[in-house]
Amino acid sequence: MDKLRQKAKELLSNNEVQIVVGYEEGTAGKARPAFISSPDQADALIYDERCIHNLAVYLTQHKLSGNTKIAIIASFPVMKSIITLASEKQLDENFIKVIGISKDNNIIEFKDFADIERYINQQDLTFTPEELALIEKIDAMSMEERWEYWQNEFSRCFKCYACRSACPMCYCTLCITDFNQPQWVSVPSHKQGNFEWHINRAMHLAGRCIGCDECSRACPLDLPINLLTKKLSMDIQKQFGYSAGQSLTEPYALSTYKPDDKETFIR
Amino acid sequence: MSNPNIYKPYLMKIDKVTEEAPFVKTFRLKFTNEEESANFKFRAGQFGEYSVAGEGESTFCVASSPTREGYIECTFRETGRVTSALAGKEEGEIIGFRGPYGNTFPIDEWKGKNLLFIAGGIALPPMRCVIWNCLDLRENFKDFTIVYGAKTVNDLVYKHELKEWEERTDVKLITTVDPGGETPDWKGEIGFVPTVLEKADPSAENTIAIVCGPPIMIKYTFPILEKLGFKDTDIFTTLENRMKCGFGKCGRCNVGKVYICKDGPVFTYAELKQLPAEY
Amino acid sequence: MATENYKLLKKESLPALFDKLTASGKTIYAPVKKGDKTEFDVVTKYSNDINDEYIQTVQSLKETVFPKVEKLFDYKSDKTDTFIQEVDFSKFPQNVLWGLHPCDVAAFRPLDATFRWDYDDKYFLTRMKLTTVVGLSCSKHDDYCFCSSVDISPASSDGSDIMLTKNKAGDYLVEIITEKGQEVYDMAKELFGEISDDKESYITDVPKKFDLTQLSKNLDGSFEAPYWLAQSMRCIGCGACAYVCPTCTCFDLQDEGSANKGSRIKCWDSCGFGHFTLHTSGHNPRETQSQRWRQRILHKFSYMPDRIKVFGCVGCGRCSRACPVDMNLSEHLTKIMEESKHE
Repeated sequence: MDKLRQKAKELLSNNEVQIVVGYEEGTAGKARPAFISSPDQADALIYDERCIHNLAVYLTQHKLSGNTKIAIIASFPVMKSIITLASEKQLDENFIKVIGISKDNNIIEFKDFADIERYINQQDLTFTPEELALIEKIDAMSMEERWEYWQNEFSRCFKCYACRSACPMCYCTLCITDFNQPQWVSVPSHKQGNFEWHINRAMHLAGRCIGCDECSRACPLDLPINLLTKKLSMDIQKQFGYSAGQSLTEPYALSTYKPDDKETFIR
Repeated sequence: MSNPNIYKPYLMKIDKVTEEAPFVKTFRLKFTNEEESANFKFRAGQFGEYSVAGEGESTFCVASSPTREGYIECTFRETGRVTSALAGKEEGEIIGFRGPYGNTFPIDEWKGKNLLFIAGGIALPPMRCVIWNCLDLRENFKDFTIVYGAKTVNDLVYKHELKEWEERTDVKLITTVDPGGETPDWKGEIGFVPTVLEKADPSAENTIAIVCGPPIMIKYTFPILEKLGFKDTDIFTTLENRMKCGFGKCGRCNVGKVYICKDGPVFTYAELKQLPAEY
Repeated sequence: MATENYKLLKKESLPALFDKLTASGKTIYAPVKKGDKTEFDVVTKYSNDINDEYIQTVQSLKETVFPKVEKLFDYKSDKTDTFIQEVDFSKFPQNVLWGLHPCDVAAFRPLDATFRWDYDDKYFLTRMKLTTVVGLSCSKHDDYCFCSSVDISPASSDGSDIMLTKNKAGDYLVEIITEKGQEVYDMAKELFGEISDDKESYITDVPKKFDLTQLSKNLDGSFEAPYWLAQSMRCIGCGACAYVCPTCTCFDLQDEGSANKGSRIKCWDSCGFGHFTLHTSGHNPRETQSQRWRQRILHKFSYMPDRIKVFGCVGCGRCSRACPVDMNLSEHLTKIMEESKHE
């Protein structure tokens, strides 16, 4: 942590960056995102296993736009989010300095996004046993059981959109839910409106989700929203060999046509 | 009616549709229920929520004068979901109306004074109600001046009424279009409204100014009025903001602690100056 | 510390009381254990899953008087005629809200003040009239609670029809506050006894974090203060805080259906959403999150007390617990007090 604080102080003092986005102590022993804008505030920065928020979500928000240079403390999921955002041309490398944290809590000063891409591909990128188990549990259900399971979950949703707001990949300035000519997604949080929202979001994130689980963590009602996008990520990897967050240049599977694409979904 | 349902609209039949300008229409609306028609009262400056079943509601002022009984009128530009649906409606069809909401122009306080109306583009409709209200009580006021401008000749709304006002000897009408907006046979002024206003050099003595227009026009008009000697308590305007309920509960339209739907939409320039920069 | 006389409701009488309430046609909402959390749920019978020692639930019971989705009316329309079918107000349910803490009970006051401000919201008022509130004093609190800072006591019966306090025997000291409370008592007199006990001794002490009157004064004229931007940096602009809040009333009006047949619906909305104040023209008076955060605080702690004489916060702490990025409301308010001191 000391090295992190030192680095932050250094970057801010040299005016290499104007804001460091990291974590600080929050309420009741939790961590929370922090925005450090001067060296004397840098001692508030922390990094430990409580620091799980995906900070990449702030990279596409208004408050950090313009000429502000940002340093961002990047855990592994944050690194993958940055690569995905960069591959979708949402970030300007010249304004973002990424300070990665390795699995053994060391600082990695990435030179550029290509550096991050290299680092990511040196790590184990397979789905963890826990993730596989969660998906298998749903896969093992019959169609009726699955329908009932999701009906139960979605009936609890009250459309606060915390899932959307917390997801780095949900950066559309006009979300599909905001469209009213026509109103693609119903506004009220009745069952139909909730299904429309979650299915839409899952499809818009298909193959773009890097599995940080921020959506279900942000959900005040603990809905397992992450399972939808995780399942689709697995499917897209199987079908197209494409995974988000691993390449700056490989085009997104669902917006690319290759003659040798498997077409097993068309019968 | 005791225990009324504040969300339930009146059902109004479209009595007349007038195309004012490209994408701008006026509807004359009559109540389908005679009892509601007889009991309905409103005052100049108030607004309503006009709805199309299945699409939603949209906020416009009541553009007709309360001195004309039996109907109300609204003028709107086709901009979004509800206004597009309204624009597709024909004479004889039914739309909804909730209102009247908001405060009013204090016409009684203006008796014995000169009146100066300044409007730009699609902002003439909110002024039309108070212009006709005062014209219908013409003997109560002294000089009556209207300065109205739009981008082009085609964009001027209420063209037939402008002609009426021009021909009246008890009204001084100055119309203008933006430079480049004139047609070869245009006989009015050419220039932005604030410029034309300054050129007209109206007297501030015993005069009330009522201004409505796009933000850019208002921004340049207020200083000119102050330069001409108008007190900021004698300058009136009508604001608009994003609204839904129209009666102060949905939380959208407040500017600081002032609710445009309840404390407005009519404000004096003095009151406007007190508002925080949130509109 | 004073011993006074109370009615007594023994724990073992609860099943019978719940049965009577259900039999009389009332729908009971009670705090029910769900895993390691407690949530309000509809119950027809008393069970041991009902938790009378919870600190706070995730969601409030605001939805019983201000539903998440409320149908206002149905409409049927063709080219020349439209019919509006109002909902049947006589079918609204009679609810008993059991075991609400004083903060939640107090929340009905700002709801009432908003929904009756100059125009009476028939939907809210009808539901409120059919609601009986059984309050439950607090024997515990956590870091997020700040009722005392908004002048609400964890023992307050203000707004309850009946007030319960759990004593050391696990039974309840009962205070009958209103006529509605008297009706419940009269319906089940034989289940109630008498007791002399010291209510105060069972109430937790929630330390005050700030002074409300002083806060309100400090917020006056704070519109251009720099702390709005600093505080709102991590806010992600979701609606979690507004939706779990027992006093937030922002709503949307939506038509659903076709041009010929459908309904108009009132549903929850949040001033924190980016497009809440967006004009069709594209202009947005509150286009940054800091402007929206400022609106949230000023509306609850400055505009509401100024216009409708009631604060828009009861210190329940739900917003802070639910916030994905820990926008701790009482922490922000305390910081505002500190920053204002230096001016």
